[in-house]
Amino acid sequence: MDRLLERVRRGEVLVGDGAWGTQLMARGLKPGECPEAVNLDRSQLLVEIARLYVEAGAELITTNTFGGSPLKLALYGLAARTEEVNRRAVEAAREATAGRAYVSASVGPCGRLLKPYGDTEPDEVAAGFARQVRALAAAGADAICVETMTDLREATLAVRAAKAEAPHLPVIATMTFDPTPRGYFTIMGVTVEQAAAGLAEAGADLVGSNCGNGIERMVEIAEVLSGTTSLPLVIQSNAGLPVNRGGEIVYPETPEYMAERARRLLDLRVAIIGGCCGTGPEHIRALHAMVDAAPGRR
Amino acid sequence: MQILNQIADRLEQGEDAQVDELTRQAVGQGVPAADILNRGLLAGMEVVGRKFRDHEIFLPDVLLAAKAMYAGLAHLKPLLVADQVPSKGKVVIGSVQGDLHDIGKNLVGIMLEGAGFEVVDLGSDVPASRFVDAAVERGAPVIGMSALLTTTMSVMKDVINLIRERGLSDQLRTIIGGAPVSADFARDIGADAYGFDAANAVERVKDLVAAA
Repeated sequence: MDRLLERVRRGEVLVGDGAWGTQLMARGLKPGECPEAVNLDRSQLLVEIARLYVEAGAELITTNTFGGSPLKLALYGLAARTEEVNRRAVEAAREATAGRAYVSASVGPCGRLLKPYGDTEPDEVAAGFARQVRALAAAGADAICVETMTDLREATLAVRAAKAEAPHLPVIATMTFDPTPRGYFTIMGVTVEQAAAGLAEAGADLVGSNCGNGIERMVEIAEVLSGTTSLPLVIQSNAGLPVNRGGEIVYPETPEYMAERARRLLDLRVAIIGGCCGTGPEHIRALHAMVDAAPGRR
Repeated sequence: MQILNQIADRLEQGEDAQVDELTRQAVGQGVPAADILNRGLLAGMEVVGRKFRDHEIFLPDVLLAAKAMYAGLAHLKPLLVADQVPSKGKVVIGSVQGDLHDIGKNLVGIMLEGAGFEVVDLGSDVPASRFVDAAVERGAPVIGMSALLTTTMSVMKDVINLIRERGLSDQLRTIIGGAPVSADFARDIGADAYGFDAANAVERVKDLVAAA
């Protein structure tokens, strides 16, 4: 398998995976339980889920390390096991992918607000990300994926930590934007343009957006991104915002709907298309088919 | 009064040191604590809340304004107690059991305090019984619940059921909010109100208290 960045730079479009939380929940993760605790005592579940996504056509598999920063793990009393939590998730993903897909190691927000808005020093956050990235890289991750960020300072701390600790690995960096009458902003007030510039300056190799408010909004965000940065783009969309149907919480966007709308991303230099909350293997299968069918894309 | 406008203006800008100093001065000049609160601090927070609702400003601006509000409130609290200035009402808030997300809940707490309510913040990961116990013990007529996860939303229903089981439906009102929560969901589980954002939650709490 060629290196991820080489393929992206040749203009290939790769398909990412879908949500992990719902898959873990379906296999017994309880509400309120630390999702990363699964890595320690039920890592076979991770292999099972990753295989579902590989079989559906995912070419990148996200590791179950979104909350794997020691600052976040501390909320569950697991900070001391940071290395083990991160290593085991990469090992499980590698076992499942067996070279058929890249292992994209997730690094999510640390859960604390930086000074002066919160009480946390940037150095503490940076050290936490560095520790997480060291463990992910040592275990054999193919890329570091900084995701769901809303504070550009925190995001750049994570990107810089990734570049410093694992200079050989490509870094993907995505932020989460909401629509406002004045355009898209993160809840911390970061515009799409500011995000793209700041993440690129910190050293990200691919930039983009994840989570969000559904695929149509994501296409709009991708349009802004493609007009403001020359870096390859990443879009991992929610299947819409959750709605309550007869007491059951569901994400409204079907695989067909998402894939049809996501077709537009191919015109916008989007190099990695995947899912986020509410997407499952069927969404990935539909996205894969859409990318595959696009003329001259592979 | 000039100094009250200044307090409101500095608070809007998130200048906590200046709000601290101006509030101290106003108290020294003998301005009634209730006036400093309502026409200074809360007037400023009202503007901050409106601008946040309208996406003119973002979370960092609100957090800085809140810091400034608390800096001013520290001077006023003992005076308000001594003057027996009534609060707008008491509200118990928390993120429901299983949910460690608290930014949204904190924001609602800030906005409620900024609107003159007394807030009992139970933090995150709050079990159903603690919401109800705290509301009864503290004499709060309103319980506000937050959830960010679709998997924890169901705890909100547990709280509402518990209120019914304990026969407290007449004295306790509930309001819910959070990214996965909707007005429909609130209706389905029998919550009394739904706040679609922090500023809206404050409006709904005002309605609940007025109707109580």
